[in-house]
Amino acid sequence: MREINFLQALDEAMIEEMQRDERVFTLATRRAVALEQKFGDQRVRITPISESAFTGIGLGAAGSGFRPVIHWGMVTFMFVAMDQIVNQASKIRYMFGGQADFPVTYRCTTGGGSQVAAQHSQSPYSMFMHLAGLKIVLPSTPADAKGLLKSAIRDNNPVIFFECSRLASVVGPVPDDDVTVPLGVAEIKREGRDVTVVGLAYYVRESLAVAEQLATEGISVEVIDPRTLVPLDVETIRTSVRKTGRLVVVDEAPATCSAASEIIALVTEDPDTFRALKAPPQRVCAAPVPVPFSPPLEQAALPDRPRIVEAIRRALDGAHASV
Amino acid sequence: MTPSKPDLVEMLRKMILIREFDLLAIELRKARRVHGALHPYVGEEAVAVGVCSVLKTTDRITSTHRGHGHCIAKGADINRMMAELFGRVDGYCKGKGGSMHIADFSIGMLGANGIVGAGLPIACGAALAAQLEGAGGVTACFFGDGATGEGEFHESLNIASVWKLPLLFVCENNQWGADNAVESVRVVQDIAAHANAYGIPGVTVDGNDVSAVREASETAVERARRGEGPTLLHCKTFRWLFHAMRDVPPPETRDPKVLESWKSPARDAIARHEGDLTGRGILTAADTQAMRERVKRDLETAVDFAEASPYPDPKDLLVDMFAE
Repeated sequence: MREINFLQALDEAMIEEMQRDERVFTLATRRAVALEQKFGDQRVRITPISESAFTGIGLGAAGSGFRPVIHWGMVTFMFVAMDQIVNQASKIRYMFGGQADFPVTYRCTTGGGSQVAAQHSQSPYSMFMHLAGLKIVLPSTPADAKGLLKSAIRDNNPVIFFECSRLASVVGPVPDDDVTVPLGVAEIKREGRDVTVVGLAYYVRESLAVAEQLATEGISVEVIDPRTLVPLDVETIRTSVRKTGRLVVVDEAPATCSAASEIIALVTEDPDTFRALKAPPQRVCAAPVPVPFSPPLEQAALPDRPRIVEAIRRALDGAHASV
Repeated sequence: MTPSKPDLVEMLRKMILIREFDLLAIELRKARRVHGALHPYVGEEAVAVGVCSVLKTTDRITSTHRGHGHCIAKGADINRMMAELFGRVDGYCKGKGGSMHIADFSIGMLGANGIVGAGLPIACGAALAAQLEGAGGVTACFFGDGATGEGEFHESLNIASVWKLPLLFVCENNQWGADNAVESVRVVQDIAAHANAYGIPGVTVDGNDVSAVREASETAVERARRGEGPTLLHCKTFRWLFHAMRDVPPPETRDPKVLESWKSPARDAIARHEGDLTGRGILTAADTQAMRERVKRDLETAVDFAEASPYPDPKDLLVDMFAE
C-alpha cells in the first residue's frame, strides 16, 4: 500500500468528500489553495477571524441541509466560540426534540510538544466529551485520519475532529480508495497478554514503541487506540482488560477529569472487568500546569516513554503485591 | 408592494394572537399549569408580524428567548407551541425544549435561543445555505437591543456583509435589556448606525407600525433575494411587561408615565393597525370583535390540546441525542 503523511491523508478525505457530496463546503481562516482550485471559493471559503460567528454558521448551514466542515485552526481558537459549541452545537438537536439534524464537522489541531507554549498546546477533548451531544474524534495514524474524517463528514451530528500536531508529518500506509473508519470502533494496534495500554493520538505511537521495547524483556503489551472518544468503544477496552488484568492509559491532557479518567472509570465500574483487575489502573498524563515553552520544561510536563514504562511496571508490580 | 386586504387582516389577527397567547401563558404560569421561564413579547408584535409577512414558508428565521411572537408570525401551530409550554410530548420539541427552545424546521423557524446574540451566527449559516442553494431564499434574524453588546452581533454583520448573505438583521429595540434601560448600556441610540461600519444599509423604523415594518422588510428582502446582501433593520418598540417570570411576574420598576404612553392607543401597535383597518373600511368593529373571539377560541383549543397530551415517558430520556 502507498504511504502518505497525516496531513495528506486529511486533504485526500476533504477532496473525496467534497467530490462525493456537493453539500459539503468548508470555512477556514487559512487558505487551502489546492482545495480552492478544485472546488472554487464558494465551497472553500475564507472567513474573517470570527470564531464564534463561523462556528454558529456551521450549525445554521447544517440545520439548513448542508454538511459544513469548519476549520478552527489550532484548538486554542475554539475557546473563543464556546457559546456556539457548548450552548448551541452540543444541545441543538436534543433541545429541539430531534426535529432536525446538524451534520457539521469542526476540525482543529491539538496537543503539545511543538514549543508553542501554554495557549497553543492544549488537549481539551475531555471538556467536550463531558457535554453530551458532540462526537469526538482523535486519530493516531494517517489511515485512521482519512477514514475517520470521511465518516465524520458523513455523520449527521456535530463532530469535533482533533488532529494531533505532532502527528502531522507522520507517514503511514493509506488505502487510496473510498475506505471509511466507523466512529465508535476502537482498534487493537498491537496484541498482548500482560497489560493493556490505551493510548490517545501521539501516545498510541509512543505506547507501541514502549511495547516493542518491553517485548525484549518478555513483557507482552496490548495497545488499544479508541480512535473516537464519543462514542467510546468501551467494550473493546474492557475485553482487553479482562484478558490482561492490567490497565494503563496514556494521554497528554492533564489527568483531572480527563479522557484517561473516564476510560478507567468505565473499566472499573463494570463488575466482571473490575474482578479481573490484578492491579490498580494507572494514568500517564500531563502535569497539571499550562504547557511551558522551554524544551526541557515542556518535556517534563508531557508524558514520555520512560513514564509509560514506569506505569506499566507499576501495574505489573501491583500484580505481585496483590498475590 | 401594497399588501392585499386579506394580508392586512391576517397581520392584525396574528398580532392579536401573539398578544393573547403570551397573556394567557402568564396566567397559566401563575397557576403552575405551564412550567419554567416566560419572556412575553407583548407590545412588540408588529415587528415579528411585519417582517414575517414578507417571508415565504421556505425562508428561514432565528429567534430569541422572547420568541413566541416570532413562531406565531412565521406560521407555527399554537397547539404544539402550547403543548411545549406544558412540557408535553406533542409539543414542538416533545417537551425537551420549553418556551426558550421552540423551533419548527418545517416552516423555517430555526429555533428560539436562551443566549443573547447566539442566533445571529446561526442565521448567517442559514443565509449561507440559501446562497449556496441559489434559489433566492432569505433568512431573517431577530434579536434585541441587548444583543448589540455581544461580539456575535458585530462578527455576523461583518461576515454577512463580506459574503453578501441574503439576510435581514432585525433588531427589536424594546428599550430594555433585562432590567437595564438601553440608554444605560449604549451611547449611540440609533442602532441602525452600526450598518454604516459594515457597509450595509441600516434602516430605523417605528416598530409599532406594522405597515412600516413590513415595507422596510420588503425592501430589505428584495435586496437580499437579488443577491445584494444584508440589511440591518432597527425597529423601535417597547416591552410592555417584565423581562422574565418564573412563578410570579416580577414587580414593575419602570416609570409609569413612560409605560402609559407606550400602551396608549396612539402608540400600541395593535390599536394602531386595527384603527387603520377600520378607518379604511377594511374591517368593521364587529369584524374585529369576531376576530378576537376566534383567537380566544383557538387558544382554548390549544390549551385543551396541550392538556390532553401526555407528559414524555422518562424511558425516552435519551432519545433524540444523536442522529442515525
